[in-house]
Amino acid sequence: MSASPTISGTKAAKPNRESRGSASADPHVEVGLTDAEATRVREIVGREPNRLEWAMFGAMWSEHCAYKHSRKLLRRLPSAGPGVAVGPGENAGAVDLGDGLLCVFKVESHNHPSAVEPFQGAATGVGGILRDVFAMGARPVAVLNALFFGPPDDARVRRTVSGVVGGISVYGNCVGIPDVAGHVSFEPCFAENPLVNAMCVGFVERERLRTSTGAKPGSAVYLVGSDTGRDGIAGASLLASFELGAGDDRKRPSVQVGNPFVEKLLLEATLELVAVDAIEAVQDLGAAGLTCASSEVAAKSGVGMRIDVGRVPRRARGMTALEVMLSESQERMLVVAHGDTTLALLPPRALADDAPEYDVTQWASSEPATGPTLPRIGGLSLGGSSDDMAQGDQALRETARPSTSGASPLQKIGLELLELLASPAVASRRTLYRSFDSMVGTDTVLGPGADAAVLRIKGRPDGIAVAIDAQPRVAAIDPFAGAALAVAEATRNLVCVGATPLAITDCLNLGNPERPRGAYDLEQTVDGIRAACDALGVPVVSGNVSLYNATRGVDIWPTATIGAVGRLADVARHIPATTGRPGDLVLLAGNALVSLGTSAYGAARGIHEGPVSLDLAAEARLQRFVLAAHAAGAVRAAHDRSDGGLGVALAELAIRDGVGMKVTLPAVRGLDKRVTLFGEGPSGVVLVVDPAREAELRALAEREQVAVWTLGTIGGDLLEVAPVLGMPVASLVRAHGGGLAAALGRAD
Amino acid sequence: MTRVAILRYPGTWSERDFQHALSLVEGIATEIVWHAECDLRGFDAAIVPGGFSYGDYLRAGAIAKLSPGTKELRRFADEGGAVLGSCNGFQILCEAGLLPGALVRNASLEYRCDWIHVRIESDRTPFTTGLRRQVLRMPIGHGEGRWVADPDTLAAVEAAGQVVFRYTDAAGAATADANPNGALANIAGVSNRAGNVVGLMPHPERCAEALLGGTDGYRIIANLAKAPHGTAAAVYR
Repeated sequence: MSASPTISGTKAAKPNRESRGSASADPHVEVGLTDAEATRVREIVGREPNRLEWAMFGAMWSEHCAYKHSRKLLRRLPSAGPGVAVGPGENAGAVDLGDGLLCVFKVESHNHPSAVEPFQGAATGVGGILRDVFAMGARPVAVLNALFFGPPDDARVRRTVSGVVGGISVYGNCVGIPDVAGHVSFEPCFAENPLVNAMCVGFVERERLRTSTGAKPGSAVYLVGSDTGRDGIAGASLLASFELGAGDDRKRPSVQVGNPFVEKLLLEATLELVAVDAIEAVQDLGAAGLTCASSEVAAKSGVGMRIDVGRVPRRARGMTALEVMLSESQERMLVVAHGDTTLALLPPRALADDAPEYDVTQWASSEPATGPTLPRIGGLSLGGSSDDMAQGDQALRETARPSTSGASPLQKIGLELLELLASPAVASRRTLYRSFDSMVGTDTVLGPGADAAVLRIKGRPDGIAVAIDAQPRVAAIDPFAGAALAVAEATRNLVCVGATPLAITDCLNLGNPERPRGAYDLEQTVDGIRAACDALGVPVVSGNVSLYNATRGVDIWPTATIGAVGRLADVARHIPATTGRPGDLVLLAGNALVSLGTSAYGAARGIHEGPVSLDLAAEARLQRFVLAAHAAGAVRAAHDRSDGGLGVALAELAIRDGVGMKVTLPAVRGLDKRVTLFGEGPSGVVLVVDPAREAELRALAEREQVAVWTLGTIGGDLLEVAPVLGMPVASLVRAHGGGLAAALGRAD
Repeated sequence: MTRVAILRYPGTWSERDFQHALSLVEGIATEIVWHAECDLRGFDAAIVPGGFSYGDYLRAGAIAKLSPGTKELRRFADEGGAVLGSCNGFQILCEAGLLPGALVRNASLEYRCDWIHVRIESDRTPFTTGLRRQVLRMPIGHGEGRWVADPDTLAAVEAAGQVVFRYTDAAGAATADANPNGALANIAGVSNRAGNVVGLMPHPERCAEALLGGTDGYRIIANLAKAPHGTAAAVYR
């Protein structure tokens, strides 16, 4: 048990900025390193490191950069597969779409910055994930986000929502990347520790793929983009690697400020440099700034690097070397150019020739480097990167499962449906996403509001589908099931638009791993993802871990955000987001065994309890069946049964075109009608099909051993669910459309 | 072949969208032109696309109007060349004084991305030939799209038939509900007096294909193939 108590909690985090310059504290404690880690540092360096060296090791070995608590566990995730072109470890992962085109994607968190300063935190979260994708040479084509807030009637939560949504809107819109899909949760555990996860998807031709691994001795190193300022100094080691608590306002200088215009210029300049084949290695500057970017390029390329801190263009006067090396100023890229290339002679025209303040800034040519262990930058080897660090063991212990229960008041079921449709868990997110440009780029075939977004690829017949999901309400009861079901839901959403899942990216948002419960949640979450990936045949190609999501000692619910990417052989043949035609049959396929335990209906009535059902083999069969039915051309519309259960799934289908339906609840032995209507459980899809194809569909279902219930037919302007309710579709549209704006107190 | 220049400022993001949409129209050849190297001689029409020129941290278009590209655009327009500005392009043309009025922050104070309807009020422009009184469904995506003008300018613009696009409902009624940004008199797009320079907030390039949910934008850009070749001034005067 070597995990040191010296860095647990907020007390140790605070003195860092205040005690700068004082020699009273141990230097390694000041930068957040444990005694064991400090011993390892002294061994590597071979002497007592200086302050800059301590700071750089502190940043590199912080939880945020080094994944201390998760590194070993993450190796359990399957990352190989026939379609995987780039697996975990690079700026982003990639899958092969065929004919030389790769799809690059990754999801990343920006939780603590968004808690401290919602607007800039969320904005720079988008900026960071965009850079991860274009640092691979790929042009970003879509952004997705998963957002987790506290209860919407809380004034502080409302400010957080406005700030986060505003930041995403301003940044993404200005750079001109469409925001095509998302997930939003409102749960009490996120009130003071909101989660902001952003995913970016891009395309690159295989021969233009760039990584951080190709730097050669003698090549020049450039810093491209913004000047370096004092913003975001030590954000990785301070903000992202400790719990939130009192005094967070003082961490505001650790939050970066975004400049989306420079990001747009940097994007175009990087892609131009790739197009003229000027780049050997490229790495964006994110957490721990220049320290992390330079040591990653050096370590991965197996070369040393000599950099002259004095030549870094600065935004502020009197910055120290330590500040320059640890600044997290945004919109910067480290580029290693081919030995015979001078960047200044290249035409990165996007960097505005008539706006010199945004010109390419170049500095520091690396001296010919000689070996993989070159001890430069003040005699410090960061070559081994964070692999060398001491790892603490963690006691994994299950703690009592939280469980509350209450009785549901008996009301008219129709009104309950309206209430549920208007509730924050279920209501349309349009009031939020309509401030995101979802159509720029003219590739968005299906945008926000659909089960998954569909993007075409200009000049090709195929396309991709993307979705992002999480199941915190389930994970609170059972973190393994919650993580597995997030993978199941994200991939099921792809299937519901007719796409075959290719791979996923994951963002693990968890509490404090130094406490037994946090460590347990982390391991269960990783294992849940692994189980689902194995069952569904999708690898994990990239990801991110965000720990210490806790407020005053209380962890958030374990939240695995899963971004999934699938392929459509013919993008024009996606399953459209329609209700279907009058006379079409409405079917339920998959699992009808649902419960109120982790449902939105139950949550509104104080019910939150296990057990959670999970059958990943059944999920795989359901997904294969829906894809086979679509391949046969028999599916007119499809919709995942998720929050709000079957009742909400049927209502949301009707809302799409404003057309009603007449259906009967499936008779499930032992289930009350309310449970059948509002209960939730995995592996259920509502299908709308041509009646002439019913027999064929049933045969397909039988082949895959998937249960199918025929519920009724499309038509009319009422949603009639016998024997429990009959509601005008117009009332459903109003409740669903206006519910969230009303809950947030926003004008609609 | 109609030769169409698509202007690109730092921060422009619709230039490739326009290039793709115009590639669907028979008889049009396009070229993306960097603003600082802009020479429109030999082109039949120019497009000023959407985006956030120079980040638009000041008023949208306020810096782009000072670019050499805008100066060349003014010369081209003065000689009668057909100019279409969409979104940020409309903002730049207004800032540059090539079009009347100004575009200010949406009444909602938020960016809006949505599908809306516009009614075509004038066919006296190279982009709306044959479309008068038609109601088109098009996407918008802007935070500063609320067209405003002083009462005299508004009266003059209306009287001279310079209102080209007006926000309406699907049936063509210019109601307050159909107005996505609070624009004066539901105005979505205007022309100069001669009619050869047109600006609008909606994005015709985003609705030129059924796959993307609509083709009404194609009806606007397809008109370019019929535009008279050469910088034949006077045609629209």
